[in-house]
Amino acid sequence: MKLENILELKNISKKFGAVHALNGTDFHIKKGEVVGLVGDNGAGKSTLMKVINGVYTPDSGKYIFEGEEKHIKSPRDTAALGIEMVFQDFALLDNLDIAENIFLGRELYKSVLGINVLNRKEMAKESEKIVREKLNLDIDSVKSKVKNLSGGERQGVAISRALLFDPKLLILDEPTASLSVDKIKNVLNLIKKLKELGIAVILISHRLQEIMEVCDRISVMYRGKIISELITSETDISEIVTCMVGGNVKVY
Amino acid sequence: MKNVNEKSNKKLTRMNSLKDILVSQYFVIIVILLVMGITISFLSPVFLTSRNLLNVLLQTSINIIVAVGVTMVILTGGIDLGVGSVVALTGVTLGTMLKANFPIPIAFLLAVLVGAFTGIINGLLVSKGKVPAFVATLGMMSVARGLSLIITGGRSIYVFPKSFLNFFGIGYLWFIPMPVVIAIVVVIVAHYILNQTRFGRYVYSIGGNAEAARLAGVKVSSMLIMTYMFAGVTYAIGGTILTARLNSAQPIAGNGYELDAIAAAVIGGTSLSGGVGTVWGTVLGALIMGVLRNGLNLLNISSYIQQVLIGTVIVGAVLIDRLRNNKA
Ligand SMILES: Nc1ncnc2c1ncn2[C@@H]1O[C@H](COP(=O)(O)OP(=O)(O)OP(=O)(O)O)[C@@H](O)[C@H]1O
Ligand SMILES: [Mg+2]
Repeated sequence: MKLENILELKNISKKFGAVHALNGTDFHIKKGEVVGLVGDNGAGKSTLMKVINGVYTPDSGKYIFEGEEKHIKSPRDTAALGIEMVFQDFALLDNLDIAENIFLGRELYKSVLGINVLNRKEMAKESEKIVREKLNLDIDSVKSKVKNLSGGERQGVAISRALLFDPKLLILDEPTASLSVDKIKNVLNLIKKLKELGIAVILISHRLQEIMEVCDRISVMYRGKIISELITSETDISEIVTCMVGGNVKVY
Repeated sequence: MKNVNEKSNKKLTRMNSLKDILVSQYFVIIVILLVMGITISFLSPVFLTSRNLLNVLLQTSINIIVAVGVTMVILTGGIDLGVGSVVALTGVTLGTMLKANFPIPIAFLLAVLVGAFTGIINGLLVSKGKVPAFVATLGMMSVARGLSLIITGGRSIYVFPKSFLNFFGIGYLWFIPMPVVIAIVVVIVAHYILNQTRFGRYVYSIGGNAEAARLAGVKVSSMLIMTYMFAGVTYAIGGTILTARLNSAQPIAGNGYELDAIAAAVIGGTSLSGGVGTVWGTVLGALIMGVLRNGLNLLNISSYIQQVLIGTVIVGAVLIDRLRNNKA
């Protein structure tokens, strides 16, 4: 069975001042594939994901989505392609409620007497649906302010936001970093469920155990470049670690 | 055992949020307003007459209008110190146009454009130029005041068409003074913008966490420019009403308006850190300021002492805002 790449990046570079966060790296992911992205702190993982999501435009390199080269300018562009990202720190707004966070940047309108007004009811209903049915989260009300939520609940809201419009590619940047063991299981189960639905997932994590559990393939990043590609079924944690510290280069 | 704890914790947060509502914002403000009103009415029988109360509304209307603009700016996490100067600049623009016999709507429109333009400059400096709002608008405070003095040569412009005075200043709609009518319209429009449009959501989100808003695809720079522009328009409306009330456009008008406006917003529960506050809170805050000034006048307290008292109230309100924030 040959799957085609949903996303392919070629020779991507990104500098912040004098820091080469990305150093001419390639990256690809196939439809419905779960790819783990690992690497030391500061290796450039989040930066690469923010390039994919359109937060950063790369200094150079090619961005090919479903076989077509794209020129991405903002997260709006990638949302239109079906790419969603859960950020490392969740990037939620404490002063807004759950539904407002989930719909931020894509609010729904309705018309009242010819005047456009926000359709809060519909947004609350949709948020409720995602939060409860897709994520099984036990949240009092989608009208609660995010400020009052626990770490796990916040993360649930961030994922709900990403799932709102049935993405084709979902990026999870260290989604389990602040979660308890049983909450981590929920996230891993969710990733497996998304995979069954044909959604491609990129998972960043420092916990190699969970990477091994859900990923088909593991990309290892080292100093701004993906230097190794490992097939999960053909590798083990010690090999990944060797690659992570730059000791081994392996490309399939 | 753990579950029970979690449940009771949840209940606690729910009770807390109910308590939050009671303790913060409207409830407290309305109580303060009532207490102030009752106290003053004991000390001065004039206070509770319908004539005096309408007068308070009339005197507060300009502050309500410009404070609504300032509130939107503060909601984004910014501040605007140029309120009074822009009120003067738009006032003398309008006055000059009327003196040159331009039709009233054209003169008014030009004043609004000038107000909007100052806002766009502020917005550009803050968003694209990364100049702190405090500095950018402090500069505008000086520039707009200087321009007002240049345009008028330092002199006031007097005597305007009766229809202009009626519509913006001394006329009535039924029994409500026109400035109050205009203030009500501005408040309703601002409430609609803040609560029923995407733009309004983005104003709150930028004040809450500009970086998170940007990650969500919000065009932070354009939204900031629009916010300062809207505020500038409210100053132009304020400047127009002031000109009509005084039947003169004065280059030194509006001095210190920014303090009253910021005070109204903060007393009304708008957080200076951004992201929290409402138009209605600001209206109540402006009414508190208005009742306070009116009461002090009725009690014949000298304007020197008034300055001291009102300054104290403003700093007190900000202090309470800070304490409230630190607790959260
Ligand atoms: N906005 C920015 N401005 C300046 N430097 C940045 C910025 N974002 C990232 N960097 C730098 O780029 C490098 C890569 O950072 P990045 O966040 O991509 O690493 P990471 O692999 O996600 O690390 P971690 O595992 O700690 O999350 C680091 O040296 C970081 O300091
Ligand atoms: Mg990172």
